[in-house]
Amino acid sequence: MTSAIAPIGIGPYLFVSAALLVLGVFGIFLNRKNVIILLMSMELILLSANLNLVAFSSAHGDLSGQVMVLFVLTIAAAEAAIGLAIVTVYFRNRGSIQVEDVTMMKG
Amino acid sequence: MSMTSFNWTIAVPEIVLALSGIVILVAGVLQRKGEGFFSSAMLSIAAFAVCGFLVLLSPTGEGYAGTFVNDGFARFMKMLILAGALVAVVLTFSYRTRDKTTLPFETPVLMLFSTLGAMIMASSANLMTLFVGLELSSLSIYILCAMERDSVLSSEAGLKYFVLGSLASGLLLYGISLVYGYAGTMEYTGLVAAIQASGALPMGLIVGIVFIVTGLCFKLSAVPFHMWTPDVYQGAPTPVTAYMAGAPKFAAFALFLRVMAGPFGTVAPRWQILIETVSVLSMVYGAFAAIPQSNIKRLMAYSSIGHMGYAMMGLAAASLAGVQATLIYLAAYFVMNAGVFACITAMRRKGREVVGISDLAGLGRTDPAMAAVLALFMFSMVGAPPLAGFFGKFLVFAAAWQSGLYVLVVIGALSSIVGAYYYLRIVKVMYFDTLAEVLDRPAPSLLFVSGSMGLATALFVAGMGPLMVWAHQAALALGG
Repeated sequence: MTSAIAPIGIGPYLFVSAALLVLGVFGIFLNRKNVIILLMSMELILLSANLNLVAFSSAHGDLSGQVMVLFVLTIAAAEAAIGLAIVTVYFRNRGSIQVEDVTMMKG
Repeated sequence: MSMTSFNWTIAVPEIVLALSGIVILVAGVLQRKGEGFFSSAMLSIAAFAVCGFLVLLSPTGEGYAGTFVNDGFARFMKMLILAGALVAVVLTFSYRTRDKTTLPFETPVLMLFSTLGAMIMASSANLMTLFVGLELSSLSIYILCAMERDSVLSSEAGLKYFVLGSLASGLLLYGISLVYGYAGTMEYTGLVAAIQASGALPMGLIVGIVFIVTGLCFKLSAVPFHMWTPDVYQGAPTPVTAYMAGAPKFAAFALFLRVMAGPFGTVAPRWQILIETVSVLSMVYGAFAAIPQSNIKRLMAYSSIGHMGYAMMGLAAASLAGVQATLIYLAAYFVMNAGVFACITAMRRKGREVVGISDLAGLGRTDPAMAAVLALFMFSMVGAPPLAGFFGKFLVFAAAWQSGLYVLVVIGALSSIVGAYYYLRIVKVMYFDTLAEVLDRPAPSLLFVSGSMGLATALFVAGMGPLMVWAHQAALALGG
C-alpha cells in the first residue's frame, strides 16, 4: 500500500490524536454541567484512538488497524445510542440531566 | 498467524449462544405484553446449560484467521462465566416473580448477550477480538443497570456506569492503538515475537500496556479505578448486581491473565510492580471502606473490590502457580458470592425488597436455615478453614510467597483480618441482635441456589483435587 502519510510523517498524526484524547478526558472530568457533553467527550476519545489506528495502519502498510476502525465505529454508534437511551430514562425519573444532580447515592 | 485453517468449530458454543439469544428475543416480542418473561428466563437457562456442555465438547485450537483461540484456559473461564450467568438468571427469575412490575423479558436476554461477550473475551487471540468482546459484554451491562425504568436509583446507576465504563473502554482502545502501532501487529502470537525481538521496549509500547491495564482494572473494579462500584452495585436491580459481581469479573480476569501471562509475559518484571500496587490498594481499601456501610449491596461492592485484590495477587506472582491460584480463587469466589446474592435477593418484607444490614436482625431465630447458610458464606469470605474461601486465599498467598512477594502476603493477611470484622458483624446481627420484623419466606428457587452454593462452599475441599488438576492444565495452556 502506498503510504499517504509518508510526506508528513507519523508524528503530527500522533500529536493530534493525543490532543483529542486529552480534550476528551478533560471534557469528562472538568465538565460540571450537562451529561450530553460527557457523551461528546467519549466520542472524542474513541475518535482519537481511531486516528491513531489509521495512522499506524498506513505507516505499517498493514490493514488490520483499518479493519479495527470499522469495528470501533460500529461500537461507538451502539454506545451513543445506549447512552442517549439511559440519559432519557434518567431524565424521566429525575427531571434533570445536570451532572451535579447525579448524586442520589454517595459514600 | 495460522491462516491455514479457518477451524470454525472451535467457536460453536458462542455461535449457539448468539443464535439462541436472537431466537429468545424474537419469541419474547411475539408474546403478549408482560408475559414473555417466564419463557425467556427458562430458555436462557437452557441455553446456558447447553452451552456449558458444548464448551466441554468443543475442540481446542486456534482459528478464525488467528483471532480466536479455544484452549484449556478458555474452557475453564467459560465454565465459570456460564455458571455465574446461569445463577444470575435464576435470581432474576425469583426476584421478578414476587414483584411483577419490574424487569422486562429482555433482562435474561441481555445477560445472555453479555455472557457471549464475556466468552469471546476469554477466547481472544487478538486485540480486536478483545475489544469487541469487551464492548459486547459492557454495553449489555449498561442497559441492565438501568433496567428498572421507574427507579431513580437504577437509572442513576446506569448513567454512572455508562459514563465511567465508556471512559475506561476508550482508554483501553487508545492503549490498543499504541500497542498496535509500536508492535506492528494485533495478534498475541505476533506481539510475543515483536516484544522478544526488540531489545529495549519502546516507550509507546509501555504506555500502551499501562492504558490497557487501566482499562482492565476498571472492569475489575480494582482500586484506584473502583469509584463506580459501590454506587452501581447499590443502584442496579439485585439480580443484575449479582450478575456484575460474577461473569464480567471472570471475563476481565481471563483477559488480564491471557494478555499479561501471554504476550506481555516475557516482560513481567516491567508490569509486576503495577499489579502489586493495585492488589495492595484493593485489599486494604476493600477492607477499611466496608466497615461503615449499612447497605448490604454496598457492603458486597467493597467486598468484591477486596476479593479482586486477593485474586490479583496470583497474577502479581507471575508464575504458573500464581495463575493456578487465581483460577482457584475465582472458583471459590464464585460459589460464595453467588450464595450471598441469593440470600440478598431473598431479603423481602411484605413483598418489598429490603437491603439494610439491620434488616437481618434476629434472622437466626426466624429463619435458622437461611441464617446458617449466610453465616457459612460470611465465614468463607473471611477465609476460615475448611471452607471455599480458605483454599483460594491460601493458594494465592502461597504463590505470592514463592515469588518472593513477602510484603504483599503480609498486607493481604492483615487486611483479611480487618475484613473479618465486617463479615462477622453480619453474623452477629443475625444471631445476637434483637428481632427486627420477620422477613418473607424466600422463593424455592432461591433456597435451591443458596442451598447448593452453601453445600459447594462447605464441601469445596472434596472437589479440590480435580479442580487443582483442571486449573493446572488451564494455567499450562496459557503459558505454553
